[in-house]
Amino acid sequence: MTSTEARKQQYRVIGTRPIRHDGLDKVTGRARYGADIHLPGLLTGKVLRSPHAHARIRGIDASKALALPGVEAVVTAADFPIHEDMEIDLVETLGNLRVLAENIMASEKVLYRGHAVAAVAATSAAIAEEALGLIEVDYEVLPPVLNGPDAMDANSPRLHENMTTHSVAKRFERGTDTGVGSNIASHLQFKLGDPEAGFAEADVIVEREYTTSTVHQGYIEPHTATALWDFDGQVTLWSSSQGAFGMRAQTAAVLGIPESRVKAIPMEIGGGFGGKLNTYLDPVAAALSRETGKPVKITMDRAEVFIATGPTSATRSRIKLGAKKDGTLTAAWSELVYEAGAFPGSPVGAGASTGFAPYKIENILVDGYDVVVNKPKVAAYRAPGSPQAAFAIESAMSELAEKLGMDPIELRLKNVIRPGDRLPTGVPLLPTGCEEMEKAMRSHPHYNAPIEGPNRGRGVAVGFWGNAGNSSSATVSVTADGGVTLVTGSVDIGGTRASLAMQAAEVLGITAEDVRPSVGDTASVGWTGQTGGSRTTFSTGLAVVAAAEKVRDEMVKRAAILLETEPEKIEFDAGTFKNGAGKSLSFQEVAAAQVRTGGSITASASSNPRQVGPAFAGHIVDVEVDPETGKVEILRYTAFQDVGTAAHPSYVEGQIQGAVAQGVGWALNEEYVWSEDGRMENASFLDYRMPTTLDLPMIETVLIEEPNPAHPFGIRGVGEVCIVPPMAAIANAVANATGRRLTHLPMSPGRILEALERPATNGTGG
Amino acid sequence: MTARTINLNVNGEHKEWSVAENDLLLTELREREGLTGAKYGCGIGECGACTVLVDGQPSLSCLVLAQSVDGCDVLTIEGLARGGELDPLQIAFLDQAAVQCGFCTPGMVLMGRALLNEIPDPTEKDVREFLKGNLCRCTGYSSIVRAILTHRR
Amino acid sequence: MLPQTDYVKASSVAHALDMLHQYGTGAAILAGGTDLIVDMRERRREPTMLVDISSVEELAEIDVGTGNIRIGAGVTVAGLAGSAIVQHQLPLVTEVTRHFADYLTRNRATIGGNLANASPGADLVPPLLALNASVVLATAQGERTVDLNDFLVGPRRTLLLWNELVRAIHIPTPVPRGQAYEKLGLRTGGAIAVVSCAVSMDQAGGECRRVRIGLGAVAPRAFRSSEAEQIMEGHMFSSDIAARAAEAAANSSQPISDVRGSAEYRHAMVRALVERALHAAYERSSEPQE
Repeated sequence: MTSTEARKQQYRVIGTRPIRHDGLDKVTGRARYGADIHLPGLLTGKVLRSPHAHARIRGIDASKALALPGVEAVVTAADFPIHEDMEIDLVETLGNLRVLAENIMASEKVLYRGHAVAAVAATSAAIAEEALGLIEVDYEVLPPVLNGPDAMDANSPRLHENMTTHSVAKRFERGTDTGVGSNIASHLQFKLGDPEAGFAEADVIVEREYTTSTVHQGYIEPHTATALWDFDGQVTLWSSSQGAFGMRAQTAAVLGIPESRVKAIPMEIGGGFGGKLNTYLDPVAAALSRETGKPVKITMDRAEVFIATGPTSATRSRIKLGAKKDGTLTAAWSELVYEAGAFPGSPVGAGASTGFAPYKIENILVDGYDVVVNKPKVAAYRAPGSPQAAFAIESAMSELAEKLGMDPIELRLKNVIRPGDRLPTGVPLLPTGCEEMEKAMRSHPHYNAPIEGPNRGRGVAVGFWGNAGNSSSATVSVTADGGVTLVTGSVDIGGTRASLAMQAAEVLGITAEDVRPSVGDTASVGWTGQTGGSRTTFSTGLAVVAAAEKVRDEMVKRAAILLETEPEKIEFDAGTFKNGAGKSLSFQEVAAAQVRTGGSITASASSNPRQVGPAFAGHIVDVEVDPETGKVEILRYTAFQDVGTAAHPSYVEGQIQGAVAQGVGWALNEEYVWSEDGRMENASFLDYRMPTTLDLPMIETVLIEEPNPAHPFGIRGVGEVCIVPPMAAIANAVANATGRRLTHLPMSPGRILEALERPATNGTGG
Repeated sequence: MTARTINLNVNGEHKEWSVAENDLLLTELREREGLTGAKYGCGIGECGACTVLVDGQPSLSCLVLAQSVDGCDVLTIEGLARGGELDPLQIAFLDQAAVQCGFCTPGMVLMGRALLNEIPDPTEKDVREFLKGNLCRCTGYSSIVRAILTHRR
Repeated sequence: MLPQTDYVKASSVAHALDMLHQYGTGAAILAGGTDLIVDMRERRREPTMLVDISSVEELAEIDVGTGNIRIGAGVTVAGLAGSAIVQHQLPLVTEVTRHFADYLTRNRATIGGNLANASPGADLVPPLLALNASVVLATAQGERTVDLNDFLVGPRRTLLLWNELVRAIHIPTPVPRGQAYEKLGLRTGGAIAVVSCAVSMDQAGGECRRVRIGLGAVAPRAFRSSEAEQIMEGHMFSSDIAARAAEAAANSSQPISDVRGSAEYRHAMVRALVERALHAAYERSSEPQE
């Protein structure tokens, strides 16, 4: 499974595969997730949602609901403070407070079907549900606009009357106001070199338009939040989220109270993938608790998760690539239209800055449009924005390879970006193993195995993701028995308690099992950014290493006292303190003596990395297309990735395998099906068709371990980049199998069959 | 609508429940017994997160009326480890890193246990067939299938 | 949350029928609950009385009668799958059980429920149509037997009267030896049928006899394509005739466009699946007698 185990032999703990600390609770059913909380006097909250995709709220009458026995409170937007436009930090994206609040509870207009308009707290779920039916909302229904290109039309209905297009030249910038009223929130443009001249130089040009549908992260645990607003104004939240500090910040901001008055307790989280960075329920539960004086729990049902949380953007991408006969890329252009949903904030900037990143191209022009439509406001989804652009660009790269008569990996290697080369954003690339990874793909048995049988094909694609850094906090304390407790602020979704404990153990010369990691609430550990952006093992890891080093240094001092020598003379090796004169003490012995040698040994540290360490992934996939039904079967899948040092290889592999599974769903089957009036027609797991056990083969992984210079152990974020290549890799395999290039996701059986009815086209290389 | 008393066995313990006609087994396990290992994922039998064994048969507890399990043996994930000893399959899930977020894990483990009771030495195809009603979004299923295939009996 | 309702666990067919009679149109038969509980949760149905027949043993029997095989309406899909009688005599039914939802659902869903619910895409129906099944309906006063093809009236509509219970399914024997089933779902696991079809036939020296073609999910109700059957019946089997019959089957369907597929796609899939099934059924009909 791992290709480069050798490098890690310098570590004792990093690179091994201990059993995760939270594993036992999870296989025995004891792990407590958001919805598992129960409190005395707990009320059930439910949210009333708009039946219209676009409407003005003329009035809300809750008197009948309030009269129903068992109903304790109803809240609407009138019960929340009014917010001005204000940027707040939501880790992977900057959020606008007014938008966040308006998305949680609509005040003047509803902008998608499912938009919250009121919420009720009652003594039972049945009563709460009945009460929702008694709330009367007077709507003036407006015509909706339901896709990006339509919304860009100057004559289309406008979602936000006062919104004007901003012109942006740098990601995360607000840009300059053009003053032009439109559904286009922003137009982003990156330019490198002279694209026009580059295309003029090209011997071969490929150009094509690609589209993708709205898709959802698909975590199995629905959103849930429990809140208690105490008599002293202190608010406690128990929620399922990707970060307690994020929930605290958002809830306090939306409710207009100081952050210090809110304590957020993280529960175990049943999957997030970016979709649980933003809050939908916590401020609502808190407002209901304020009104009732009792704890309130709101849990979404599955349909609500689909219609009222944040899926990711449907997109339209136009791509043009120019190359010399020898494959050298001379110019690249992309025009990306990303649907933001009801409020600005699509990940088009990430799409614009990542799509061409695997290549060294002198001349690039990227136009990106962030467009509002009457659909749920999009949220982050694993490498947000990158997969859609990569689907288009990596399809175009393989089409170009076919036109040039080149092997698709050779073409990619010919143009591969190397450390120090400029990324499309103009920033130089840090040391990463994109080239090594592509060479590993080229020489892998999978790539060199014959493709046997009719209707089968092979495809490849690569992808890039920048990864996030951000700040994290950790506290390491030594127990008298020689164990170590580790508290961080990072919610653990995919095994980070283990990967963080392993880093502490590596520093302290003890075993991973000696470290007991836990996820702290907002009152018990310093501020920590959310678990997102593939940042936790990397950035929280930096905080853990720093705290552990402080503890180690303190342990050395204590050992020196006990051994009656100077700290400088203590040699620390594999958990043993030696005085250089034949005497030594174990970690346990020094720990046991901590109180009498100077007090308890504990240290906290925070990280704030300036450099992060981006990631590349490359996938090879074999498919078989049923020419009669259009169904695609994944026959074999191998995922390569530059993972830096794999802290816990099993969980690195798990991240990759999970991302591939999501990618297969995105490629072949998953999509929001919209009615003409903006209703999601398939808001269930039966018809939002995520892959089951039978839809996937065993997914092979090849870990390329190019150490990340930004981390002492070489650790790099791994969780996101692996969802970037699958859609294009599969499209390229389908093209290779059928001679038809599919340009729309998902490539569902009906669409494949339609394509098969067309004559075979050129440009179908895998 | 009247409450009715039913007798059943949950994880080896006799229980007497007074339940209403529209009470569901999942809700009773979670709220009455505090057995929150069975999860609500969809409420309509499309994800398998609520899987429990009723008289040894894997069942979607979100679709089972509490009254209908009168006289039955219900096993939830909390009851699988007996006498402080984990089921070998639970150990296999840990060894194979088949747990990521853990939300689907109780259902997956119970399904695996039911399969192994029926077919002690299943093939990969048997495992994939048997688990197809249980969704996992984290693992791509590879580690879960491997855990069931490699468990130590 | 389910809507409020009453509940009774029926101890016998007579008890269940008595309850139906007593509670009238507000009563609903609860067998496996895999359809009914979902409908109740989504407020599509709000019965005031649930008559639970899952413990009625006389409904859970499968036996071989003279000239037919009788399957009790309460037999679960898992029960069908595990039945030696079904495996031996009705391989078509055994096969469909493998395509039916997932193990969790198979343990509870019943054959009677699958028929009475009358979803146009119900998995068990096309094979039972192809096997010329009839349905035994019981009231407190007695029983009547109707052809399955007549029993199904439209989407979620059957001939079942308010005081009637699906008692059993009868499959006339000997059944044709050539049996084949094809189901297309959009993903491989746990998928609802976009199109399903079942074929049964005999042959004598290459001449097709007793050809029956059942189709699901491509019309307001599952149905037999008599147009396609007539093309095959009494003729020598050939690829050409199978293709023509498949075309006729497609033309006899009335598919709609929905989230699972367009009408055009379904039409094309009926043709493809019927053709596959005809070939497979013909080949099996040629297998030597045991």
